[in-house]
Amino acid sequence: MLNRQGRPTTPGTSDSAAPHTFTGNRALDQTEPLLFEVGRLETTGVDYEAPKKVKARLGGLARKGEIGLPGLSEPEAMRHYVRLSQKNYGIDTGLFPLGSCTMKHNPRLNERMARLPGFGDVHPLQPVSTVQGALELMHTLAHWLTELTGMDAVALSPKAGAHGELCGMMAIKAAIEAKGEAETRRIVLVPDSAHGTNPATAALLQFEVRPVPVREDGTVDPESVKALLGPDVAAIMLTNPNTCGLFEKDIVAIADAMHDAGAYFYCDGANYNAIVGKARPGDLGVDAMHINLHKTFSTPHGGGGPGSGPVVLSERLAPFAPVPFVRHTDQGFELVEDTHQAEKHGAHSFGRITAFQGQMGMFVRALSYMLSHGADGVRQASEDAVLNANYIRAGLADLMSLPFGNKPCMHEVLFDDHWLKDTGVSTLDFAKAMIDEGYHPMTVYFPLVVHGAMLIEPTESESRASLDLFIATLRDLAMAAKRGDKERFTGAPYFAPVRRLDETRAARNPVLKWMPPEPISEAAE
Amino acid sequence: MSETRYSKDHEYIRVEGDVGVVGISDYAQSQLGDVVFVELPATGKALSKGAEAAVVESVKAASEVYAPVSGEVTAVNSALEKAPGTINEDPQGEGWFMKIKLSNPSELGDLMSEADYKTYLASL
Repeated sequence: MLNRQGRPTTPGTSDSAAPHTFTGNRALDQTEPLLFEVGRLETTGVDYEAPKKVKARLGGLARKGEIGLPGLSEPEAMRHYVRLSQKNYGIDTGLFPLGSCTMKHNPRLNERMARLPGFGDVHPLQPVSTVQGALELMHTLAHWLTELTGMDAVALSPKAGAHGELCGMMAIKAAIEAKGEAETRRIVLVPDSAHGTNPATAALLQFEVRPVPVREDGTVDPESVKALLGPDVAAIMLTNPNTCGLFEKDIVAIADAMHDAGAYFYCDGANYNAIVGKARPGDLGVDAMHINLHKTFSTPHGGGGPGSGPVVLSERLAPFAPVPFVRHTDQGFELVEDTHQAEKHGAHSFGRITAFQGQMGMFVRALSYMLSHGADGVRQASEDAVLNANYIRAGLADLMSLPFGNKPCMHEVLFDDHWLKDTGVSTLDFAKAMIDEGYHPMTVYFPLVVHGAMLIEPTESESRASLDLFIATLRDLAMAAKRGDKERFTGAPYFAPVRRLDETRAARNPVLKWMPPEPISEAAE
Repeated sequence: MSETRYSKDHEYIRVEGDVGVVGISDYAQSQLGDVVFVELPATGKALSKGAEAAVVESVKAASEVYAPVSGEVTAVNSALEKAPGTINEDPQGEGWFMKIKLSNPSELGDLMSEADYKTYLASL
C-alpha cells in the first residue's frame, strides 16, 4: 500500500567515485564568489525612481566614471554572508584549543542579559539620571574586578587587551612624570616569553625595550631582572601565567626588586583565567594588569567581539586612572568625565583614552558570567581550565615532547617539535592535518622561545569525553607522523573548503584590493 | 684568499681584504622559512659589533640581523628588496645582505670558523 509512486527508499547502488557536478558545487559544500562577482554592475536590488534633475554643485569633485558597486537583491546578499558563516569554525561548532587565546564558551544567558532594553538600547550621551542602572552595573563590575584581583581601582574603558596594556603603561608613565623622573626612567624590561603586544606597547609610549632572558625551566629568574635594574628602568611587563603555560613562581621576588628600584610592575593579564579566585595579583605585587573580559569572563571573541580590556591599578597608580569613571554618591551614580572634575576627588588622571565609557555590552555579559557563577564558580572555572590542560598533557606526553619537562602546567600546555625530528612533518603540517580531523589547530610557532611551538588551551568548556576524543585524535596523528605517513600532513588540509594557502606568495605579492575585469577598470579611469 | 666566519646568531662574514660580505647562513634561512621581506641599512652607516644591521621577515617570524663585526656599510644588496627569495635560494652567494669595511679586524677572532660552526650546528 505504501510508496505507490515507486519512489525508491533504499540507498543508491553505484559504487563508482563521486561524479563531477555541473555547478562545481558539492551539495552544501559550495564555492562562494565575492559579492562583486555575484552582483552585476548594470542592475540594482532596490527599486528607486530615477532622481529628478538636480543642479550639480560638486565642481571638480564630481565622479567622472562609474562607481562600480555590484547590484544585489536582499536574498543574494543574505545568502552570500550566511554561506560564508557556514564555512566558519568557531567555539559554537567545535573544540577550539588556540593557546593564549582562551576560546571558551560564551553562555547564552550573557546574550539575553545584554539584550535587555535598559542595557542594549542605552546611548553614551544620555543624561546620567536616565542611565542609573547601567552605571550601577559598571560600578558592580568594577567592584568584582578589584575584589578578585586585590587591587585599588579599575579603568573600565579600554577596548581590548592591548588597549588595556597601553592604558596601564600610561598610568605608569603618569606616575613617573609626577615624581619628576620622566627624563631618566626610559627603559621597560620585557621577558623573551612575553606577548608580542608588550614590547609594542612600551615602544608606542617611547620607552626603550630591553629583553629579559628566560631560564631553563621556562620562567623568569629574579636575578636576571635585578641585573638589568637601575635608576633608568621604568617598569617590567611580565605575563603570568606566562606564554609557556607556567606560573612565574618568583613573581613576588621580581615585584619586590622592581619596587626597591623605584620602578613599576605591569602584569599582562591575558592568562588571568588560570588563577581567578586562586591568587590575587595585588597580593603578588602587581601595579597594573589588564583583564580580557573576552577571555577570562566569557564575552565573545575575535570577529564576534568586540574585546574589552579593563585595567586594575594598585594604590600607587590608582590616582592616575583615566576618565571617565563611575562614582557612587548620596544622590546616586555619577560619571566623572574630565580631569578637572577628577582633580576635585583627589585624582591626577592622565586623561581619556576612548570617546565614551567602554564596551557596555561586554560589561553586561561579563557581570552576568560572574553573578551566574559566583565567587566559588569563577574559581572552579580556573581550576577546571588548569585540570583540562594537564589532562591533555598527561594524555600526550609519551608521544609529543614537552620543552620544560613533563611537569604540571597551568591553563595551557606547550609542546615543541623535537618529537617530529626526522619525520619530514613540521608543526605547520601537523596543524593542517588537525583541520582535516575537524579541529581548529592550536597556536603554532608561538611562543618564540620554543622551537616549532604547539600551544594547546582547551579551556574549562570541554567535557572529559570531548578531551578524550581530542587526545585520541592527536595520538593517531602523532603515530601516523612517526611511522612515516608524511602525505597525510604535507598535503593537508584535504577536506577544507580551500586547500593549503600559499603564504609565501601572499606575503611577497599581496593583492589587497579586488580589481574589476579589464573593460570596467578602463571605464572607471 | 677569502675566509668565511660565523656568529652564534647565524650571520656569516666572508672577508676579502678589509671588506666583509655579510649575510645569513644556510641554516638560518632554512629555520626562517620563505623570506618575504628585508630591510637593509643605509650605505655609509657605521655599525658596531652586535648592533642591529638589518631586518629579515619570513612567513614565520621577523628577525634582526646583527653586525658580526664593527665597521662601515659600503654596499647593500638592494636586489633582495625585490627578490627576497634569493636569501633562501643562495644565502651565501647571491643572497648576501651588505658589505662592511672592517674597523676592527681583530673582532673576527670572536667568530667561528666553518668547521667550528658545523660543530655548533650539530649541538643545536
